[in-house]
Amino acid sequence: MITVTVNGEDYEREVEPRMLLADFLRHELGLTGTHVGCEHGVCGACTVILNGDSVRSCLCFAIQVDGAVIETVEGLGTVDNLNPLQQSFQKHHALQCGFCTPGMLMTGVDLLRKYPLVTDEQIRQGLSGNLCRCTGYEHIVQAIRWVIENER
Amino acid sequence: MNVEARPKIIGAAVQRVEDPRLLTGYGRFIDDISLPRMLHVAFCRSDYAHARIINIETADAATMLGVVGIYTAPDLADEFKPIRATSRMADYYATKLGVLACGKVRYVGEAVVAVVAESRYLAEDAAERVMIEYDPLGNAVDPLANINDDSPLLHEDAGTNVLVTRTFHRGDVDEAMDGAAVRVRDTFHMHRKTPTAMENRGYVADYDQGWRTLTLHSTTQIPGIVRDALEEMLDIPGNRLRVIVPDMGGGFGGKASLYPEEVLVCLLARRLVRPIKWLSDRREDLMTTSQAFDEIVEAELALDGRGNILGLRADCIGDVGAYSVYPWTAAIEPVQVVSFLPGPYRVANYWARARAVATSKAPTGAYRGVGRPISALVMERLMDMAAAELGLDPLDIRRCNMIREEEFPYKSASGIVWDKCGFMECLDTVSKDYDELRKLQAEARTQGRWVGIGLASYAELTGLGSRIAVAPGVPVNTGTETAIVRIDSTGAVTAKFGIASLGQGLETTLAQVIAEELGVQVWDVRVTHGDTGGMAHCTGTFASRSTVLAGGAAILSARAVKEQVFKAAAHMFEADPADLDAVAGEIFVMGTDRRMSFQQLARALYSDMGRFPKELREEISLEATRMYDPFFGTTSSASHLAMIEVDRDTYGVSILHYSVADDCGRVINPLIVDGQVHGGVAQGIGAALMEEVVYDESGQIQTASLVDYVVPSAAEVPNMSVQHVEAHLPDNLGGFRGMGEGGTIGAPAAIANAIADAVGRDINVLPMTPERIFRLFHD
Repeated sequence: MITVTVNGEDYEREVEPRMLLADFLRHELGLTGTHVGCEHGVCGACTVILNGDSVRSCLCFAIQVDGAVIETVEGLGTVDNLNPLQQSFQKHHALQCGFCTPGMLMTGVDLLRKYPLVTDEQIRQGLSGNLCRCTGYEHIVQAIRWVIENER
Repeated sequence: MNVEARPKIIGAAVQRVEDPRLLTGYGRFIDDISLPRMLHVAFCRSDYAHARIINIETADAATMLGVVGIYTAPDLADEFKPIRATSRMADYYATKLGVLACGKVRYVGEAVVAVVAESRYLAEDAAERVMIEYDPLGNAVDPLANINDDSPLLHEDAGTNVLVTRTFHRGDVDEAMDGAAVRVRDTFHMHRKTPTAMENRGYVADYDQGWRTLTLHSTTQIPGIVRDALEEMLDIPGNRLRVIVPDMGGGFGGKASLYPEEVLVCLLARRLVRPIKWLSDRREDLMTTSQAFDEIVEAELALDGRGNILGLRADCIGDVGAYSVYPWTAAIEPVQVVSFLPGPYRVANYWARARAVATSKAPTGAYRGVGRPISALVMERLMDMAAAELGLDPLDIRRCNMIREEEFPYKSASGIVWDKCGFMECLDTVSKDYDELRKLQAEARTQGRWVGIGLASYAELTGLGSRIAVAPGVPVNTGTETAIVRIDSTGAVTAKFGIASLGQGLETTLAQVIAEELGVQVWDVRVTHGDTGGMAHCTGTFASRSTVLAGGAAILSARAVKEQVFKAAAHMFEADPADLDAVAGEIFVMGTDRRMSFQQLARALYSDMGRFPKELREEISLEATRMYDPFFGTTSSASHLAMIEVDRDTYGVSILHYSVADDCGRVINPLIVDGQVHGGVAQGIGAALMEEVVYDESGQIQTASLVDYVVPSAAEVPNMSVQHVEAHLPDNLGGFRGMGEGGTIGAPAAIANAIADAVGRDINVLPMTPERIFRLFHD
């Protein structure tokens, strides 16, 4: 049995010891916004924020997060009220297929909270653990830069 | 409102309508689909490249918790009819597409046994307990060896491993070679890559016993082609078959063929009468999704003393893997390499041969650019090599040979007809800063830095109509597409298409086209796509066709509906339809203040009994289905310029400057078009510098994880300058040219030329990894 707070809501669930956090979020809690792209910790699509740090939910077991506070893409803005980073992604066309996007957003949230991101190079380094196959990254960098300049 | 004040919708940087759901986690991708009583499949896949299956032991696995069934090829033989990717091409052998390996395996990763269980975890547990005994067959890894008659055969029925042979010739190439002042030649090898969409392939099949209907949710780019193939394979009539494409996490061609797993979930759903789901994991994706490139091209270019091309000769061997993919065939890559090899240049004398050779590797199929990245690599390298021999600047030799405005339409050496397109305008635009960059390069050189500049120009055929097959001789009509546009009783506009958006924003661009034609707002149009239900015929999204074909169909349908809207409005206004206009969701009598909304009109027509006379009510239909066939195709072209630096210590390449100038016709949405170029170039950078599927000499795949198969990250892809040349609008409805693939065609060639320029060595292999560059100096 684990207790976990996800996007401000408390959940108590019985889980198999081998269940991945990504599968727990998606299939046990029904929070399918977190996507699974590789299951070996390279692509970053499954990135969530765990106790304030971005982590790959495909490399954690659900039992490891007992007592933790987790933020997923569903905890950002809503369809009718996007948060500034989501708005900036739309404005700058920083997503195409949208599969890597939840991971990009959660990494972006973590970067924006922790680092000054003075240069675009720093944004690119910060994003380098999240693969996107559609955008070529330029618009994603622009979207994060816009938030730094307009919302911080 | 007068016509001049009409807001411009086509050409506007409209924010995408699909974004809000994708940004909030409410997109609905294949793995987000979960149905009651759904079962899961895991596969036992071959560990051998080429081997006979001696025995399969499933008894142990079958008794495990949660296991519902374990299936081998013989267990399912009566459930379906195998299919072959046929073609009208001569000298072609079509391999058989089944659902599981039967008798023998032909590549590592080929599915041999399917395990069905209550969860994927349990299915994988059981799959580990299945024992398969193999007897290795002869090594069939090397395409050059497999050409020989005595090589081990992958498909005994074929009698050869050469699945396709095709030649092209024009003029007398021998005479051109003999009379040349300069001849340059090399053997080029573009290694194998894989599309690597961020979302892996996945399928959910649901069979309704009561209605005898089968619904397949599929990550497919070709829902219409899959529907038609399933009818043939499963003997279920089309009116009881529906293929639905959910939100798709990229495709790039890797989801543009019919897959064994796709058919397998369908027949198991019918057999077990329970929904069946299979989702590829990344390892399976890297082993089994159709791969790309892997051609060896021996080519020679002959020129006169002033740099004019006299002739071109090429022999291309395509390593196409173990099967001929459905429906495109094994010809799609290698034949396209030689049919597009002359590029945007005048080549009077040409001889080329393409052979598709089967090997014990995953099949190659459609991938962004299809063949043309290799065509561009070979031709653009030869151009630079010739320029060096002749002491010409690379820019000048291209200008000298490029097809000029007055020469369009130009029939290329391989028979492709280029319609009027801004070849030269693209080259001129991309090279605006050329002299400046050469100066910067010269400065860097004086500091001992390895800095180089590379150019690449190419042309492609897009938006093909019914006159031209997308793949050689394939009997599938990909030349038409249908749009159904409807205004319902609430006044809302719905447009339905059979194409599938893989992420390129077709919901938005098609909504823009319809909004502009109909006179409503973009957000008022709901575009649905990727669903064969209710479509008489459709194919899908590939070959840079969806904007041209679906866009054309959207224009025709929207125009037809608008005519009906005006007929109804004219009755209500007691005005002449010719005096009416519609903008932003309102219909009005021009020059007056009489106006009404689409909603008011729809309610009056559909719901207010007695408002319209019977005759008019029966005559007016606010729904139109129109098909568009551009008949021929339209040319797209671009020029790329790359300035790169090779690190003298690590031999790694960094891109200092990258610019693209393309002619994609009328731009519907510049945000989206730029995004397509960025993404295409990023994949081209991957192909040029890092992405490579590696099989060892025994056919074992060495790149079955994203640690070993490296794709570009944000740290490796530069910002780029992208410019669109709308030189001549093509002669199709809308004036659109397809443009989703081009970035990937130009980038490998431009970067190869830049590396050659930087290090002063011939570059004939891609990707140019640091190791390969190191070996240029140390082998």
